[in-house]
Amino acid sequence: MTEELIIAGFGGQGVLLTGRLLCVAAMRQGKHVSHIPSYGAEMRGGTANCSVVISDEEIASPVIERPSIVIALNGPSVAKFESRIRPGGLLIWNSSLVKMAPTRSDLVLIPLDATDLSLAEGTERGANMAAIGALLKLKPDLVPMDAVEAALDEVISARNRKHNPVNRRILHAGYEITEKINAA
Amino acid sequence: MSKTVLMKGNEALAEAAIIAGCRQYFAYPITPQNEIPAYMSRRMPEVGGTFLQAESELAAISMVLGAAAGGVRAMTSSSSPGMALKQEGISYIAGSELPCVLVNVMRGGPGLGAIAGAQGDYFQATRGGGNGDYRTIVLAPGSAQELADFTVDAFDLADQYRIPVLILADGYIGQMSEPVVLPEPTGKTFEKPWALTGAKGRSKNIIASLKLIPDNALEEHNLHLQEKYDLISENIRRIDTYHTDNAEWLIVAYGTAARIARKAVDRLRDEGVKAGLFRPLSLWPFPDRELHEIARNAGKVLTVEMSMGQLVEDVKLSVNGEVEVDLYGRAGGAVPALDDIIERINSYERENHTHVQAS
Repeated sequence: MTEELIIAGFGGQGVLLTGRLLCVAAMRQGKHVSHIPSYGAEMRGGTANCSVVISDEEIASPVIERPSIVIALNGPSVAKFESRIRPGGLLIWNSSLVKMAPTRSDLVLIPLDATDLSLAEGTERGANMAAIGALLKLKPDLVPMDAVEAALDEVISARNRKHNPVNRRILHAGYEITEKINAA
Repeated sequence: MSKTVLMKGNEALAEAAIIAGCRQYFAYPITPQNEIPAYMSRRMPEVGGTFLQAESELAAISMVLGAAAGGVRAMTSSSSPGMALKQEGISYIAGSELPCVLVNVMRGGPGLGAIAGAQGDYFQATRGGGNGDYRTIVLAPGSAQELADFTVDAFDLADQYRIPVLILADGYIGQMSEPVVLPEPTGKTFEKPWALTGAKGRSKNIIASLKLIPDNALEEHNLHLQEKYDLISENIRRIDTYHTDNAEWLIVAYGTAARIARKAVDRLRDEGVKAGLFRPLSLWPFPDRELHEIARNAGKVLTVEMSMGQLVEDVKLSVNGEVEVDLYGRAGGAVPALDDIIERINSYERENHTHVQAS
């Protein structure tokens, strides 16, 4: 198993944190992991993204040309990364914010009201948690939910750890609603 | 400290320097190594050390010279154009036979270039960008773990041989977060009777790179340095090999390029193609005899580097015309493509290397 993920969104949507959370959770499961932020010219224009590789094998390059999975938390991220996803890959996109829906027919496209799920818990900053929940539902072999929940306490700084109960609720909300999307 | 943690390479290096007893760190910011000064600015005060953001790279390297002359473990870090500015100081440190650790987290060049990772400073690192006949030990980590391990080692090597030791990592190695087990201190201690510690009760020590008197002082000094460099060349032979025993096609690479090359070896072996990887861990001294020994059994050597033909020169010097050497280089922040490496090796199989001239 090797998954190459790109997680993208506005600065402040917790893109880098999302990557680290998945990495730490997978690392604690004995997986090989790498995480690298985008920087440079890419970063200008309001989108941040990071590349995450989770694998049973040693990881060659942390740099991802053709991701197998993209989590796009805003519109520019869909525009930027939809075309780069491998055929048969997965695109989880934030339908609360994205106006131009992705169109490729050779991908699994999952519209997720990530920001709305977060707002239901009284914050707009938990859209990333909803997206992780959806990812865990769709890719059960990637990393188990309890490992991600445990990783929250390791990755989130002591100052912000008080928000983890909310983070967990949004995580589960994303998981459960994706169950319904899939069943529909 | 045996717990596995997810750490960015630059931060693993910084913490490893503290583990090694480095308490004096001087630098001027530049991407993609800024996590090192950021980390040091927080950690050094906690451990009673000095973090000083200098007014320039020239100042930072001069502060390293001063601290090293005082007998303490000192380090500076920078990235490519910043390292270019430090070369004068590095030459002075080498001439003064002072121990220190230098870090270059390479970005694309020439000039200001760009901030994505590259390996274009191989010549600068291994040939000496400064003036005169001097050497620095150059270590080439390929992961966050090796960044940490090699840094602890670098401080011991620097003290043992009174020489600057350079950690040469491409920006991807520095920027990437990976699982790391932080190393333990080695516990080695080094007497420094030459250090400038105040001459009360002993004759004075002089540290200088200027050697005027007697007339042959500078040549004597150079001969002494060469003896030391010869000794280091005998003692430091660091390599990592992967499937080289029966390799018909040998890839030589370091850093991020070597990680991709290793994956290419796996894929090629799955297809029944006998590829192997030779990864030099020390770039100076370059493990030439070891490479020669392994390469002479291969039909051809492919050098994969994130530069346009720098490492390949040491590879050619090592095999001395006995084996054909090809080059696959990427530059400006591009990483070698896995499929391109595989295709290149497969093309050797197809051509059976009958019409390819030794380059």
